[in-house]
Amino acid sequence: MEEQELRSLIARVKSGQLSRRYFTRMMVGLGLTAPLAAQMLASAGVAQAQSGKLVYKPTKRGGGGALRTLWWQGSTLLNPYFAVGTKDQDGSRIFYEPLAAWDPDGNLVPVLAETVPTSENGGLSRDGKTVVWKLKKGVQWHDGKPFTADDVIFNWEYAADPATAAYSIATYKDITVEKIDSHSVKIAFSKPTPFWADAFVGVRGMIIPKHLFESFKGGKSREAPTNLKPVGTGPYKFVDFKPGDVVKAELNPSYHMANRPYFDTIEMKGGGDAVSAARAVIQTGEYDYAWNMQVEDDILKRLEQGGRGKADIVLGGNIEHIQCNFTDPWKEVDGERSSLKTKHPFLTDPAVRQALGLLVDRASVQEQIYGRTAIATANFLNAPARFQSKATKWEFNIDKANQILDAAGWKRGGDGIRAKDGVKLKMVYQTSINAPRQKNQQIVKQAAAKAGIDMELKSVTASVYFSSDAANPDTYTHFYTDIQMYTTTMTQPDPELFMIQFASWEAASKDNKWQGRNITRWQSDEYDKLYRAGETELDPVKRAAVYVRMNEMVVQNGVVIPVVWRPRVAAISNRLRAEQSGWDSDFWNLPNWYREG
Amino acid sequence: MRKYLFRRLLLVIPSVFGISIVLFTVLALAPGDPFEELATNPNVPPEVRANLRASFGLDDPVAVRYARWLTSMLRGDWGFSFVSRVDVDHLILQRLPTTLFVIGSSQLLALMVALPVGVYAATRPYSFFDQVVNTLAFAGFCLPTFFTGLLLILLFSIYLDWLPFIYRTDISASGWRWYWEHVRQAIMPIAVLGLFQGASWTRYVRSAVLDVIRLDYVTTARAKGLAERVTIVKHVVRNALIPVVTLVALQVPAVFGGAIVTEQIFRVPGIGSLLISSILANDTPVIMAVTFVLSCLVILFNLVADLLYGWLDPRVSYR
Repeated sequence: MEEQELRSLIARVKSGQLSRRYFTRMMVGLGLTAPLAAQMLASAGVAQAQSGKLVYKPTKRGGGGALRTLWWQGSTLLNPYFAVGTKDQDGSRIFYEPLAAWDPDGNLVPVLAETVPTSENGGLSRDGKTVVWKLKKGVQWHDGKPFTADDVIFNWEYAADPATAAYSIATYKDITVEKIDSHSVKIAFSKPTPFWADAFVGVRGMIIPKHLFESFKGGKSREAPTNLKPVGTGPYKFVDFKPGDVVKAELNPSYHMANRPYFDTIEMKGGGDAVSAARAVIQTGEYDYAWNMQVEDDILKRLEQGGRGKADIVLGGNIEHIQCNFTDPWKEVDGERSSLKTKHPFLTDPAVRQALGLLVDRASVQEQIYGRTAIATANFLNAPARFQSKATKWEFNIDKANQILDAAGWKRGGDGIRAKDGVKLKMVYQTSINAPRQKNQQIVKQAAAKAGIDMELKSVTASVYFSSDAANPDTYTHFYTDIQMYTTTMTQPDPELFMIQFASWEAASKDNKWQGRNITRWQSDEYDKLYRAGETELDPVKRAAVYVRMNEMVVQNGVVIPVVWRPRVAAISNRLRAEQSGWDSDFWNLPNWYREG
Repeated sequence: MRKYLFRRLLLVIPSVFGISIVLFTVLALAPGDPFEELATNPNVPPEVRANLRASFGLDDPVAVRYARWLTSMLRGDWGFSFVSRVDVDHLILQRLPTTLFVIGSSQLLALMVALPVGVYAATRPYSFFDQVVNTLAFAGFCLPTFFTGLLLILLFSIYLDWLPFIYRTDISASGWRWYWEHVRQAIMPIAVLGLFQGASWTRYVRSAVLDVIRLDYVTTARAKGLAERVTIVKHVVRNALIPVVTLVALQVPAVFGGAIVTEQIFRVPGIGSLLISSILANDTPVIMAVTFVLSCLVILFNLVADLLYGWLDPRVSYR
């Protein structure tokens, strides 16, 4: 334990956050004596430095009144390990905290950890196989029990048990976690792991208390009473929860950050629709914050004229993109279409894919459909900035597309549709039913017609399109059309898991019940090698270069045509000071939220 | 009478059984997946989804799932929601008070408007009052609730800023303020639903009363020198009520079912909004439970309506 750590601990005792008795007990646990502990307390403490861009101004805890937030889809459960949707992750985040959170720039900010592990502070091993997390001391669960390394270990056991059915099992199943002392843990990986900040970090890292979940591990996980009445370490304590309707919480008087939180109560109301949620925050000011404003920019702008609130737009990794099918969706082989044994009749021609890329009028899509809520992009891997490729750029140019197709031997027929060796450039373009997507399809179709490509538009109900039904040919993973468009979500600042969707071995097929993540069925040895290299490359600069190269391969080869980058949009009252992060829950920085004026 | 009741109750069993089979099969065959959100997130491996499906028994054949549902239902176990993993009966009970309050009040409001207005209009057919009532009634049931709801929000919440348009169950005030806040936020949804329902009921009441008021026995009653009030209330309305009772009785299950659209607009956490969010999330156990309870209520209140006939009209006999 360093002097710095001790001093901050003393400061917390001084401000009344930490009981004297608890401090002493902890010092004894660290091998010190009680008199020495008392001596330390007699000396002055050191205030902790703040992190994040949001500067917290209130000088005392509480007194902020009620914070009212709107989620147009209400939280349905409050156990972070079952929290599949962001609405549930956000609801859980009021109560539970991870060891560290992601700020808007993709940097780690310690929450329940004392510091973020680095190689300098000895937290990260040279071989990339272990990480040591030092936990913050003096943190209490809402029921007064201390938070220790045992809780962290328990969370690993809980999530890694397949019978628990945690949605984040992949994060925990291949690691081992050991206790070093009461306030530090060591995570060991089976192979060098450059992206070590997955377990216990951000949305997938919220820590639940061992003493309340211990007897509900595995098959009995659903029966835990704490699933509905969370007891965490967060800034607000549980008051009431009605699934799908409301989550209510009140100030936690023993919160581990000084002078926080500001609000006396917080309410997260669910239900309704995005437009009226925007109205309640921006126009009438009935609420302070509303999540996920899937609202046309025109409406947002009109509401903003009322002057009580505004749209808060933050960049994340969600990309609306068009995928090209590399297999033949119209030929059935061994009971499946789009089989890896076939080749697409014309999309395998690079000229056709290149022409398609030139026919997507991203500027119009951005201006006419999404406004501020989308940014035209040429990159598939968009953020954080260090992973963004500078080499790819987008262009909308029908003439150039025509030239490319002419040069590649695609001649216009009598009906104006290009053909080569009897193969016509006719394709089916599918997406889910969603008004902006249908407008987007129209924009692309019109441009394609001018280049002699005939597109048939197909739209599938979202509940079918995004389902995992192996028997339904209209799901996006079956990909039984030539091209398709949807948004993929990238929720973590590390691209490794995101880029697996172009790895050869992940190709979706009948054998894996279309659960494979490579939906375009594009296969490239070079890409596979790069992916394997990226998995174990420990030098962050070299690793970033690998991902940039992979992105370029995907985009320059026209495997996918990125259309727009979709930032996260929230509605926020003009008086509320809050900070969104595209990489973490909306509530990642909740302890620092306050109201001004 | 008792024999009739027994026979009707016996008939309920196969109908309920049949309804449950139809509902279950339709839900099982409907496309969609409760774990859809896992699908578009490349950070979640597909095995997680497969495991969840397997552990919730979603991969079993429909017949097996139905048998499992039926046996646990007979034991009083309603199953649990795939989405919130909370027991279904718990979820429904949580939503029930708000639903009963909002929808119940709106039905009462509808009755309170429809009965006096309908009767009064019928006693003075084609008068100025009758014309106004007819016009308003037509307008009332022609305008859908989502439209009137939005109009009211625009007027009272946005321009006048008098009423909140977000319904909250967790009002923290106490004493009379608590009641006041509840009334304030409930005014708009109750008015929207009540006036819509009231408009069509007014038409029914009016025509039912008109049918009766011309009959000879009413003339006789008047000739006997009975006061007009007594004639109307004791002789006309009682007989005219029979078709109205059917309508109202069949409307009662809707009180439990909630009003999907209106609940959505005002964010009323009633059973209607539970149903719609479960449908959107493909949460079959909840959809199944809510729709099943509703069908049972429809059957029950049909029976109640039939029994009420006998009370209102002694000529009706049960055989």
